[in-house]
Order: sequence, then C-alpha cells, then structure tokens
Amino acid sequence: MSTKVKKMLFILSKATIENAYAAFVMANGARMEGIESEIFFTFFGLEAIQKKKLEHLHVATVGNPGMHIPTMLGGLPGMEALATTMMKKEMEKLDMPPIGEFLEILSDSGCKLWACKLAVDMFHLKKEDLIDQLDGILTIGDFYNRADQEGCQLLFI
Amino acid sequence: MDLNIAGIRLDVTEDGYLTDLSQWNKEIAVEMAKENGIELTDKHWEVLYWIQDQVKNDVALSIRGIKKSGVIDIKQFYELFPGGPLKISTKIAGVPKPKSCI
Repeated sequence: MSTKVKKMLFILSKATIENAYAAFVMANGARMEGIESEIFFTFFGLEAIQKKKLEHLHVATVGNPGMHIPTMLGGLPGMEALATTMMKKEMEKLDMPPIGEFLEILSDSGCKLWACKLAVDMFHLKKEDLIDQLDGILTIGDFYNRADQEGCQLLFI
Repeated sequence: MDLNIAGIRLDVTEDGYLTDLSQWNKEIAVEMAKENGIELTDKHWEVLYWIQDQVKNDVALSIRGIKKSGVIDIKQFYELFPGGPLKISTKIAGVPKPKSCI
C-alpha cells in the first residue's frame, strides 16, 4: 500500500485538553491509515505525559472565543473545571478514551512518544515523573533527525 | 461496483468493501487477505469473526474497542493486519468500513 505521507511528526506544546486530543486523534488516525506517527511533547505539552497531571488537563475558558463564554466569566473560579467536565462527558459519548488510556493506545499502536529535553530540564522533571510508555527524552536535533526522510510532515500544535 | 473473487461476482463499494455480508465466505476472505499480503492464521479468523459479531450487534468498531475486545490486543492487531489494521480487517471480514475517527 503506498501513500504520499509516510510519517507524521506532531509537536504538542500546549497543556489544554483540546490540543492534546487534537494531537492524539491525528497521531492515532495516522497509524490507522498505515502512516508512521510520533509525538514530541514540549513546554506545557509535557503536562499530558506527567503521571500526576495527565488526567487533570483543562479546556481553556479564557481567551478562547470558541467557548462562547465572556472572558470575565471564563476567569471565575471553577469555570475551567466545569467546562472540562462537560467536555469530557461529550467525549465519553463519542467513545473517546481518557488521556491516560489514549497514550496506552498510541504506544501499543506503534506511535512513538518523546519528551523534549530542554523543557524537561526547565520544569525540573525526572524520568519517573513521566509515563512508562515514553520512548525517550530527545533534543531538538534528535527530533529533526527522526524527521529526515521523504514523505515526512511536521505539525506544531 | 462489481468485483470477481473466487469465481463469485460480488457487490462492493468504491473502496472495495462488500455491501452485503451474506455474500461473504471464507474463500473470499482468503483472497482479500492475499491482496493485502496477509496469510490468514487461526488468530486472524478469530478476529474476523469477532468483527462480524460486533457489526451484527450494531457495535461501532474502533481501536479502543479492540483494546477492550478480550480477543486481541492492539499490538497484535497491528502485527496481524499491517498498514491500517481496522481498515484492512473489516474489508477482509466483509463488513462496512468503520466510520469512527478513533
């Protein structure tokens, strides 16, 4: 089976749940189409692969016009938690797995999961803080080497 | 569209999925598997029958469902049907192409 896109590399830089899911759904979708996929977690994207934090990602209610909540209200205590709970319910209806289970699915599907070395150092994280399915901690140079092939696309989320 | 496999004329969709599961038989599955470079083993058959049961029971197929199936895990699933496991296994099983994005 031939396909023009051979490999998709995603860079997840944000900790909002909608960005994490965007990366996960697209990375999983690539594997399901027979395309290689990898995710590089950097800066706040690292929250999605920290054991203690990954089930507590939130949807952004401030500065997110798509939520249709006035910015002043979006900043009230509990708003993010409420909006996140509602979104998670809708996702469950669509049979979307929670973040932790999704990472297991991705790993089992052969999607490589990488942490950014610079960001890991900056947040003073240890390997033990990160998920067991992690394939390693890479420098940006290592990451570009993984992209060095024909039919490879990079996507920054 | 029509497709000739194992001497039988089959109704298929544009991307080659059977439109009528009752036309399906083991010979057709073997031929379709060959076209995808797969030699069917007992484990393949187990998965194919499981997929058919899911479809008959109106359960939407997804990779999450495979994880929970108890028949096969995701790693094995990718090994048995390389290059797009759900797409290929459903075609061989004679059921519609899954519409789920997950």
